[in-house]
Amino acid sequence: MLNRLLLNHYEAAAVILSCIGLTNLLLQRNMIKKIIGLNIMDTAVYLFLAAKGYISGRTAPIYYLDANGEWVNQVQAYVNPVPAGLVLTGIVVSVSVTAFALALTLRLYEHYGTLNIDEALFLLEHKYELEYSSYNDDDELLYEFGVDNRDMIKAANEAASKSMNDKGGDEDHA
Amino acid sequence: MFEEFKNLWRRFYNWTVGNGPRPENEVIPPEPPPDLPFTRRLELKRSRFQERPLASRYNEWLERKSLHVFSMLYLGMSILTCLLFMALLLSTVAELPSFGDANNPVNNEVIKRYIERGGQETGAQNIVAGMILDYRAFDTFGESAVLFTAAISVLMLLGAVRRADTEEISIDLNNASDGILRRGPPSLNLKITTGFTPRIHMFRKNDAILRGVAVLSIPAIILLGLTVIINGHLSPGGGFSGGAILSVALMLCANAYGFEQVHAFFDEHVFIRFSSLALMIYAVLKGWSFFSGANHIESGIPTGTIGEILSGGLILPLNICVGLIVAGTLYGFYALFSEGEI
Repeated sequence: MLNRLLLNHYEAAAVILSCIGLTNLLLQRNMIKKIIGLNIMDTAVYLFLAAKGYISGRTAPIYYLDANGEWVNQVQAYVNPVPAGLVLTGIVVSVSVTAFALALTLRLYEHYGTLNIDEALFLLEHKYELEYSSYNDDDELLYEFGVDNRDMIKAANEAASKSMNDKGGDEDHA
Repeated sequence: MFEEFKNLWRRFYNWTVGNGPRPENEVIPPEPPPDLPFTRRLELKRSRFQERPLASRYNEWLERKSLHVFSMLYLGMSILTCLLFMALLLSTVAELPSFGDANNPVNNEVIKRYIERGGQETGAQNIVAGMILDYRAFDTFGESAVLFTAAISVLMLLGAVRRADTEEISIDLNNASDGILRRGPPSLNLKITTGFTPRIHMFRKNDAILRGVAVLSIPAIILLGLTVIINGHLSPGGGFSGGAILSVALMLCANAYGFEQVHAFFDEHVFIRFSSLALMIYAVLKGWSFFSGANHIESGIPTGTIGEILSGGLILPLNICVGLIVAGTLYGFYALFSEGEI
């Protein structure tokens, strides 16, 4: 088996790269690092396809002139052109998916202030307690500036509890 | 001595892992309270185990330890999964046909047809270009559409929100309700950015060196990109790689002269119009080609002779369309992620 693996060492390297990417996807908590793991998996797929298309002793699939000035169009002259097209497709889709995922990650960071997926999930679960707890920093800052916003905070807290109660009531009706 | 070493090791470990405070502004934690005498501790332990039922102790354990246990379990299971996956795939690779062998099953009659008849049927010297833009052009149309859709999605996610983010508030300090007279300016205008606006300024603005390099290299980059696009059916390259090179020229221009200069000739509307136009031209041209081919009508598209610049039928205009889309999209990604608008 080791002999066969050494013979197919490009494919073996592609498989190992793919597993490194999968490990990144599973174990990293940072969203950017997860996306990097996804890209490593993409790269492994390109390597695998390119290795499958190679035929030893042949040139790239672009027609060339032989000694008589004729275009060489024998199969025996060129490597397999299909994996090149597949890799092109893969690269384009990978770029698109990466850009979309990074944009979503940027929005996640704007909303939760963290790239860590565990912290974001924690903030999502404890949204109400954190949002409507009491003073937050901005309120204290305004108070320092001389704006009396204690009534405002009180009203906001009441509105929050009321909206929570309303939500509960809706669920009861449903 | 040993305690000091342990403390040092803990700080080093925290620094490498990345949690905890930085060493330079680390706060030394206060001394822990002295240990209770042994008998008192034993008493506490015994009371904790005797006075409370098993269920409540289990619940307490669950509350304290469940997250830790789950994360350890997750770590172990994911490592195990990855190793199993790798073993499975490696055993499959060992069964694959040999690398670089001409008799492999992937080198079948499809390849034979593409190489032997591709020259006459598509007129392209580059077999890969003839394949992806003639035999399989529908696939490439889908790729361009995917790229365009990704650019539009990123534009929706990052671009549209930015404009409404900045708002101005003004606070009159002298009319504060507590009646205290404050020193300083009577009123304060604050421009508050409610959203997070990412701005990457890797280079100083008006950087003379960067501008000099840009003046020299942008024409060369544009020329290289156009060459790669226009020679796509004759040599390695094509719409995707040439478009990527063109987008590099746009990025360099934006970094050297500022995004405002690029806005003079390339903004959101230009991008959307050009990309939509290129996609529509692609769809119409290739739609006619597929329609005539499927109904056995003469399509009237000349293939030309192999090796000339005006050959390959539709491959040259399709390459130009794809190149426009790719150049706009890649520059759009860069501009959206660094400035928040194209």
